[in-house]
Amino acid sequence: MSRLLRTNAFRLAALYMALFAASVLTLLVFIYFSTADFVERQTEETIGAEITGLQEQYREHGLLGLIEAINSRTAAERGEPTLYLLADPRLKRIAGNLASWPQTTPIKSGWVRFSVELNRQGQPVTYDALASVFVLNGDYRLLVGRDLRDAVTFRARVEQTLFVAALLTLALGLGGGLFMTRNVLRRIEAVNRTSARIIEGDLSERVPLTGSGDEFDQLAANLNAMLDRIERLMAGMRQVTDNIAHDLRTPLSRLRARLEVTLLERPDANRYAEALSETIAEADQLLGTFNALLSIAEAEAGARRDSMAELDLDEIARSVADLYEPVAEEKGLKLVLDAASSAPVRGDRHLLSQAIANLLDNALKYTPEGDVSLTVRRGDSTHVVIEVADNGPGVPADHREHVFDRFFRLENSRSTPGNGLGLSLVLAVAKLHGGEVRLDDNDPGLKVTMILPAAPERATLPSRTAA
Amino acid sequence: MIIEDDREAASYLIKGLTESGYVVEHAADGREGLFLASSGKYDGLIVDRMLPGMDGLALISALRTADIVTPVLILSALGAVDDRVKGLRAGGDDYLVKPFAFAELLARIEALLRRGGTPVTATRLKVGDLELDLLSRQVTRAGTGIDLLPREFRLLEFLMRHAGQVVTRTMLLENVWDYHFDPQTNVIDVHVSRLRHKIDKGFDHALLQTIRGAGYSLRAN
Repeated sequence: MSRLLRTNAFRLAALYMALFAASVLTLLVFIYFSTADFVERQTEETIGAEITGLQEQYREHGLLGLIEAINSRTAAERGEPTLYLLADPRLKRIAGNLASWPQTTPIKSGWVRFSVELNRQGQPVTYDALASVFVLNGDYRLLVGRDLRDAVTFRARVEQTLFVAALLTLALGLGGGLFMTRNVLRRIEAVNRTSARIIEGDLSERVPLTGSGDEFDQLAANLNAMLDRIERLMAGMRQVTDNIAHDLRTPLSRLRARLEVTLLERPDANRYAEALSETIAEADQLLGTFNALLSIAEAEAGARRDSMAELDLDEIARSVADLYEPVAEEKGLKLVLDAASSAPVRGDRHLLSQAIANLLDNALKYTPEGDVSLTVRRGDSTHVVIEVADNGPGVPADHREHVFDRFFRLENSRSTPGNGLGLSLVLAVAKLHGGEVRLDDNDPGLKVTMILPAAPERATLPSRTAA
Repeated sequence: MIIEDDREAASYLIKGLTESGYVVEHAADGREGLFLASSGKYDGLIVDRMLPGMDGLALISALRTADIVTPVLILSALGAVDDRVKGLRAGGDDYLVKPFAFAELLARIEALLRRGGTPVTATRLKVGDLELDLLSRQVTRAGTGIDLLPREFRLLEFLMRHAGQVVTRTMLLENVWDYHFDPQTNVIDVHVSRLRHKIDKGFDHALLQTIRGAGYSLRAN
């Protein structure tokens, strides 16, 4: 319960209740003031009419006429408890159904309140009464009043009713508030419970959705998307560390073994120099692998999103092709470049260059003769396509899934230099840019297609000629 | 001067540079390094990026603010392009990612120290009987014109600006192509051998030489 008191949900419920109660209570107060004195006002009106009638009698028939009228009215009076009293200047009773002038009652004209003792069914009962005093000529005084039994009863009834209503309001407000916020509390609780389980280490947990599509569902969906991404990143990290452990350990132990064996041999300066330069070469290769892994991890983590800029992919392709063209010629291959049309993307120049370089590197490495083509074009209005096709041995269909795996190398390519990370980087770069990579048969050979989202077309800039 | 907190790395650098004919001093933390470098008496500084006492980049910024223009080579384990950009923005002149080959460091130091050698504004570069005109974009050797592709021209220009120095493959890739990754195939070798073919073929004296384990060098003799 103390936890409940600290929760936002409880505070919301209390606020709800307070607002609800305040508005209903305002309403009740208004009702009270407009109804509680209703009977009293009616009494005043009756007394006023009575006095008007008696004044008329007095004007027409004088004091005697007035006395007669009072006597006849008090005689006729049964259930209607109208009080009359006509008194002389010394406040002595002349006529009326009141025994004496009430004490503490002023003797000038106006409204007065006083207590009166009446005989009802043989019992003396004290009532509150309201009366109007009217001063006649010669200081005679006329008092006309009514007891306030009905008014008091009515007011008490109204007060009682409103009090009950106020209590009901508070109860309903509290109940409603709790009911309204219990949902909120419950759904936030669900998020909290899931978070707690995730903190304990179960990253596969997800926040349940109700399917209503409301703000809480959106919050849950966003949290889940965030968790998905974290899980993917963690899996990627784990894979990288596993791979590093696995694939760097082998060359490292080889390196260590070489040094150890050299030490065991008979000391020989030439042999030492040879072993050292072999070791340096091996260390360089290790560093190369290590750097490639880091590049992939970096692209996968999306760490370089801030270095993204508007780029012309065709220009990048021309520049990479320029770098590789002599390599192709050296091997007797023809590098066919088709990057004439503008292909704007939003991306990281270095990573995209490296990805295209990796594709060309592979194609040139595995193609014994013929053409390697690099094509950059607009796929549709929203996509840009980079295609690298060769006439090499290609990749058997059942291996296409695996060529993107880190360190995967086809059996027949083990003899060529390479670390099996080239396509992994290409895929990571494509994903970083929100794109994908496809492998197709080029009959013969392999066609790798990288599809990236196009950047919105800019105003045409004077394009730099690829030198 | 070397500002590097890793003693072993520092002693390896001091040994190598001393053997290459440099006089080397060493500071093990940022404050001491800044204090020494503020004298302005050094020809070049090698600054590790992560230093105790004062961050390497802050040190360089402080020097540049004090109008000390000694060339600085930054050494760092952070190799992403963003890190490199940050380093150069802070006032570094070159950026080398650890671990590196000593030959690479040496070549870069030489390039840095002789940066003042050829004025950047020169319009004609000359090495032996090889001449390159930056305005007309023509190259001649012993008076005979040589046809070069644009990329070959840029490659030769860089080599000529660093004539007599060793230039590594990475330096060429970074400066001529502006790429900061290692291509798996040795593409630079192919480019250099084509350039060599064009400028040295038919001449007794080869200007463009391969320096084993390091890179290339364009020399008049």
